[in-house]
Amino acid sequence: MAGAHADISKHVKMYMCVFAALFVCTILTVAVSNVHLGHMNNILVALAIASFKATLVATIFMHLKWESSSIIWITLGLCAIGFCLLILLPVITANAFPASTVHSTWG
Amino acid sequence: MSSGVLPYTVEPHPVWGLYSGKLGTWLFLASEVMLFGGLFSAYVLLRVGAPEGTWPTGEETEMDWKIGGFNTLMLIISSVTMVMAWASLKMNDFAKARTYLIITVILALAFVALKLSLEYYPHWHHGLKPSTNTFFGLYYLMTGLHAIHILGGVVVMLYFIGPGASLWKTNPEYYTNRIECTGLYWHFVDLVWIFLFPILYLMN
Repeated sequence: MAGAHADISKHVKMYMCVFAALFVCTILTVAVSNVHLGHMNNILVALAIASFKATLVATIFMHLKWESSSIIWITLGLCAIGFCLLILLPVITANAFPASTVHSTWG
Repeated sequence: MSSGVLPYTVEPHPVWGLYSGKLGTWLFLASEVMLFGGLFSAYVLLRVGAPEGTWPTGEETEMDWKIGGFNTLMLIISSVTMVMAWASLKMNDFAKARTYLIITVILALAFVALKLSLEYYPHWHHGLKPSTNTFFGLYYLMTGLHAIHILGGVVVMLYFIGPGASLWKTNPEYYTNRIECTGLYWHFVDLVWIFLFPILYLMN
């Protein structure tokens, strides 16, 4: 039990480091958005920082770093493929959707 | 399998290597990724497809990054308190875990209260409704769905702070596992906001 406590104490230190990293990254996201890198580059940088933050949350807070069960990785792998397809859908169907789906105003 | 007793609530399943609750939670989260993924995809499609100059600018949307940023920090802190609740249970400190859960609930409710009072209400008051334009249609849908998820998490946490806490006395490992599953869900909610914040507040 003492060993388990020591392990958890190590985890707690890591949680605090991740919190600090997430805090800094949030400030960085806002700071970078105010630097004019070009619209597309600004979007890519913001998404890259968000992805890094999401990775920290998933690996440390959600314990994926210590997860050895293959079923989780299979589930997440399929999930990642599905998610990528969803995000790429606008690109794949770039010339397929009718112009009427895009409106700046409805009212 | 004895009647009336759920199998593998504490010990891992021999095939999956996980207790049942954790497997179920991960499968549920996978479906949630698809749900929010569809909405993110819709946002990208409509944002990229909007004719030049028609997508509202940051000033037109009245999105204040300071409110969004503050809410982001609150959710990040709530994720830390959530994982600390689990860590405290692992160290057999129920009182501390309960305190962390209560702080998590307070932060979650503060997030929703800020969203309603400083964003939804003024927006609505200024005529910025879901029917105003595509951006606000997506904004209310995505943040509204996210807020519903937060309230769902609050209900679960309140249960484990209140009536569900008795399980700690009878089966502490089972209780700890349930808090871990609640934490998985809560971190996912945080994770969704990590992406919502830049695309809604900083990209217009």
